[in-house]
Amino acid sequence: MTSRTRLRIGLGVVLGLALLGLGLGCGGGGSDELVVGEFGSLTGNDATFGQSTKNGVEVALADLAAKQQGMIGGLKVRVQAEDDQSKAEEAATAVQKLINQDRVIAVVGEVASSRSLAGAPICQNAGVPMISPSSTNPKVTQVGDYIFRMCFLDEFQGAVMARFTADSLKLKKVAILKDNKSDYSVGLAQFFTDEYRRLGGQVLVEQVYSSGDQDFRAQLTSIKAKNPQAVVIPGYYTEAGLIARQARELGLKQPLIGGDGWESEKLIEIGGEALNGAYYSNHWALDQPLPRLQEFLTKYRAKFSGDPDAIGGLAYDAANVLFQSLETLATQDPATFKGLGSSKAGTPLRKSAEQKLRDLIAGTKNYDGVTGTITLDQNRNASKPAVIIAIEGGKKNFNSTFTP
Amino acid sequence: MSEFLQQLINGVTLGCVYALIALGYTMVYGILRLINFAHGDVYMLGAFFGLYAARWLGAQTHPNPASALAVLLIAMAGCGLVGLIIERAAYKPVRQSSRLAALITAIGVSLLLENGGRLVFGADPKFFPQIIPATNIALGGGVTISNQQLIILGVSIALMIVLRVIVLYTRVGKAMRAVSHNHTAAAMMGISVDRIISVTFVFGSMLAAAAGVLVALENPKIEPYMGILPGLKAFVAAVLGGIGNIPGAVLGGLVMGIAEVMVVGYVSPTYRDAIAFVLLIVILLVRPAGILGTATAEKV
Amino acid sequence: MARLLRAVAVLAVLVGLDLALPRFLNPYYLRVLMLCGISVILAVSLNLINGFTGQFSIGHAGFMAVGAYGSAMVSLHVGQHWAAALAGVGIPAVIAQGAALLVALLAGGALAGIAGYLVGLPSLRLRGDYLAIVTLGFGEIIRVLITNIEAVGAARGLPGIPPWTTFFWVGIGMLAVIVLSLRLANSTHGRALFAIRDDEVAAEALGVDTTRYKVLAFVLGSFFAGIAGGLFAHYNAYLHPNSFTFIKSIEVIAMVVLGGLGSVSGSVLAAIVLTILPEALRSAQEWRMVIYSLMLIILMVTRPQGLMGSREFRWPWRHRPAAPPAPAAGGGA
Repeated sequence: MTSRTRLRIGLGVVLGLALLGLGLGCGGGGSDELVVGEFGSLTGNDATFGQSTKNGVEVALADLAAKQQGMIGGLKVRVQAEDDQSKAEEAATAVQKLINQDRVIAVVGEVASSRSLAGAPICQNAGVPMISPSSTNPKVTQVGDYIFRMCFLDEFQGAVMARFTADSLKLKKVAILKDNKSDYSVGLAQFFTDEYRRLGGQVLVEQVYSSGDQDFRAQLTSIKAKNPQAVVIPGYYTEAGLIARQARELGLKQPLIGGDGWESEKLIEIGGEALNGAYYSNHWALDQPLPRLQEFLTKYRAKFSGDPDAIGGLAYDAANVLFQSLETLATQDPATFKGLGSSKAGTPLRKSAEQKLRDLIAGTKNYDGVTGTITLDQNRNASKPAVIIAIEGGKKNFNSTFTP
Repeated sequence: MSEFLQQLINGVTLGCVYALIALGYTMVYGILRLINFAHGDVYMLGAFFGLYAARWLGAQTHPNPASALAVLLIAMAGCGLVGLIIERAAYKPVRQSSRLAALITAIGVSLLLENGGRLVFGADPKFFPQIIPATNIALGGGVTISNQQLIILGVSIALMIVLRVIVLYTRVGKAMRAVSHNHTAAAMMGISVDRIISVTFVFGSMLAAAAGVLVALENPKIEPYMGILPGLKAFVAAVLGGIGNIPGAVLGGLVMGIAEVMVVGYVSPTYRDAIAFVLLIVILLVRPAGILGTATAEKV
Repeated sequence: MARLLRAVAVLAVLVGLDLALPRFLNPYYLRVLMLCGISVILAVSLNLINGFTGQFSIGHAGFMAVGAYGSAMVSLHVGQHWAAALAGVGIPAVIAQGAALLVALLAGGALAGIAGYLVGLPSLRLRGDYLAIVTLGFGEIIRVLITNIEAVGAARGLPGIPPWTTFFWVGIGMLAVIVLSLRLANSTHGRALFAIRDDEVAAEALGVDTTRYKVLAFVLGSFFAGIAGGLFAHYNAYLHPNSFTFIKSIEVIAMVVLGGLGSVSGSVLAAIVLTILPEALRSAQEWRMVIYSLMLIILMVTRPQGLMGSREFRWPWRHRPAAPPAPAAGGGA
C-alpha cells in the first residue's frame, strides 16, 4: 500500500486510541456528588505502594456502598484516583488536576514523603484538606493546617525500635544497614541511633544499600566482621527479605530489627526461614483479635485475595476518618455541608464548608481504626501506639505494644 | 585472597548472565544494525514465563531437575515466540527507515513490554520459587560456591557452545553470517533474508529468556521493570566486546560482570550502576571498535 | 530599528501573557502549559545535536540534570540572598527574583555546556551507535554521581528551591532556543552541520572542520538543555534524580523524531503533543503508558520521518530563504 494510505490508517488508529483513552475515563458528573481525590504511585518504582493505597480506599468505599448506598448526607461519594508515576513533579500535576479540574473536596495521599511534600502546598493554598496515610517525614504536616497524616512519625518509631532493642532484647551493640535512596530509611536510622545512644547502646557500623539492589553480600560481610548483637534494617520489605536470606547464608545468626517498611504479605515469601528471629515495628499486627481489624481483613481478603499491608490499612483509616468527618458535618450543619457538593465548586459556601471539614478532621479523637486508636495531635499527626511483630516459625506474631 | 576469589566467582557468574543477554543484542545488531532496546524486557519476560511455568508444573513443591529443565525450556520457547512477534510486527516495517526511527520503535516496544507486563502481572514484585534448593559447596580457603551459581555457569556455557556450533557449523548459521555481511548478496545466493532475521531474533530471545530464569534462581525477586538496567549493562557489554562479534559479547559480558562485582566489593555499592558506563567510555576511547571488534574502514 | 521594535514587541507580549494566563487558565492547565514550554526547549535543543548534526545522542537528560542541579545550587546558596537583598533596597520582588533566576539559569546552562563539551570530545573518535552508547553512559554516570553527592541531597532529593519560574521566563527560553536554531540553520555554520549529518567523510574532504562543529552542536544543545533544567528546578521547587533517568532522555528523543529530525517546528509541535498526550490520557490511568507506547510504535511504523519530515512551518505570506536540505537517503551516521 502507498505511504499515503499507510499514513491515513496510522493516523486513524492513533486518533482512535487517543479517543479510546479519553473515553475510558469520562464518567460521573451530572448529578451533585461528593468528589474525593486520591493521588498515588500507580505506576513506576513505587507502584506497589500506590496500589495498596488505592485498594484500602476502595474497601472503605465498598463499606459505604454496603451501609448507605455510598452516600453521605444524601450525596453520592465518588473517588477520583490519579497516578503520579512515582515522581514528585507528576504528583504536583496530579494534585493540580484533582483540585482545579475535578474540584475535589479532600485529597488522600501520598505514601512517599517527597510526593506528599509536592502535593501538600497546592492543597494548603487551595484550602482543601489532605490526609496522608503513611508519609513519615515531619515536614509534611508542617506545610499548613490543612495537611494531616494517619501514621506516627519516624521520630516515634525509631525511638520505639531503640527501646525495644535496648530494653526488651537487652542488646547494646548493633549494626545498621540502611537504604541510601530512601528518605524514610535514612531518617528512621537516624532517629533510632539518637534514642539508642541515649539508652546507652552503641552503633558499631553503618552500611548502605540502594532500593532495587539484589546483592548485599559485600555489606553483610563487613557487618559480620564487626560482630554486632543485632542488625537493624530500617528499609522496605523487598530488600529486607533478600538481606535476611543472604545474611543467614553468610552465617549471621543475630536478630534482625526492622521498621514498618517491612510490612507486607510478601515479606515471609521473600525472606522465608531466614526471617526467624527477626522483629519489626508496625502499625498493626494482623493476628491481634481486634474486631475492627479482623472485619477489615475479611473484607479485604474477599475483594483482593491477599492480605493488605500497613499502607492499605492506613489508607482505609484515612478514607474512613474523612467519611466520618463528612458524616458529622452533614448531621451537625447540613446547610454548610451542601457546599461540598460538586455543583457548588468555587462558591463561598464551598470555602466555608472546607473550613468546617478541616476543623472536624483536626478534631479526630480516639477514632477506632484498623491501624490502632487514632487521635490527631495539635500538629495534625496521629498519636498512636506502635506494635512489635516477632517472626518465628515462618509466621508473624504480635509481640508487644509501645505507647507514645 | 579468599575474598578476592569469592568475588571472582561471583563476578564470573554475573558475567555469564550478562553474556547471555549480550549475545542477543550482538546478533541482532550484526544482522540489522539495530539496537534492540526491548531485549532487556524479553529477559524480564523469561523470568515471568519461568515463574508461571514453575507454578503450573508445581515445581516448588516437588523440586527436581526434570521440572527445572522444563521450566527453562518453556520460558525459552515462550520468549522465542515473543521475539518473533516483535520482529514481524514492529521491526520489519521500519527496516527501511532511518536508524533513529527504528530505535524509537524499539524503545516503544520496550515501554510496551514493561507497562503491559505491569498490567498483566501486577506491579508488586513476585517471588520466583526455589525449583532447585540452594546448597553451598566449600571450595576450600573460605571460598564457597552455591549450586545455583554452578547451574548458571553450566547452563550459560552450554548454551554458548550450542550457539557457536549453530553459527559455525550449520547451514542456518552460515546463512546468518552471510546476512550479517551483506543482505543483498545473501539474497542473491538464495537465502531468505526475512526468515534468517526472524531466526536471529528467536535465538537471541531464547538466550535472554534463559538468562532471566537463571537469574531468578539466585535472586528470586522479579518485577516488570527488572529488565531495564541489566539490558542496558548487557548492551554495554556487547559494545565492549565489539558489537556484532559473538565471542566479543561473551568476553564483554564477563568483563562487565567481574568489574561490577569488584567495584561493589572493594569500592562502594552505590557506584554499581555507573561502573558499567565508565568502563565502556574508557574502552571506547582507547579502542573504539571494542575489544574484539575490527575497525571497519569507512568506504567513501 | 525595526529589529529593536520587534524585540520589544515580543517581550511585551510575553509579559502580557505572563500576567494574563494565570487569570484565565486554571492552575492545572497553566501547569501543563509550562511543562510544554520546558519540553519544547528540550526538544529543540536535542534537535540541534540529533537533527541538524546527525549525532546519535541519547543522554540528554544528563545535561538537563546538570543544569537543574547547577542552577538550583546557585539559587540556594547565592541567588536567594541577592534577591532578598535587592528586594530589601526597594526593587520590586519580580525583578529581583527574575534577575536571580536569570543568573541561576545561565550558570546552570554554562555547567551543562561544559558537560556537553566533555561528552562531545569522545565524539571525535566515535561514530553512530558507539557514540549513542557513550552519551547514554554519560547520562547515567551523571545521574549516579548526583545520587551520591550529599550536598545536593543525594538520593533523597533537593527541596526548597525558590519557585521563580514564570511563563515569561519559559517563553524567553523557548524563543532563545528556537530563534537560535532557525538562525543557525540558515547560516554557513548550519550548512556545515547539515553537511556533517549527510556525509561526514565528504564534509571533511570538502574542508569542513567536523570536530569543531560536532563539539559546537553538543555544547549548544546541552547549554539549552541546562536552561530547561534550571526552569524545571525553579518551577517544581524540588529535584530528585529519578526525574533524569534515561527514560527522560528517551522521551525527548521521541519528541524530536516524531517531529521530524532536523525540523525545528516539528520538534516544537511534537514536544507539545507528547506533553499534552499523557495528560489527556490520564483518565485511562493504568493503560496510559501502554497506549502511549503503542502510539509511538504505530507512528514510527506508519510515518517514520515524523510529522514534519525536515521541513519547517512557514508563514505562507512571507518570503523566507529555502528550508534546510533534507537528509541524504540512507539516514545519518
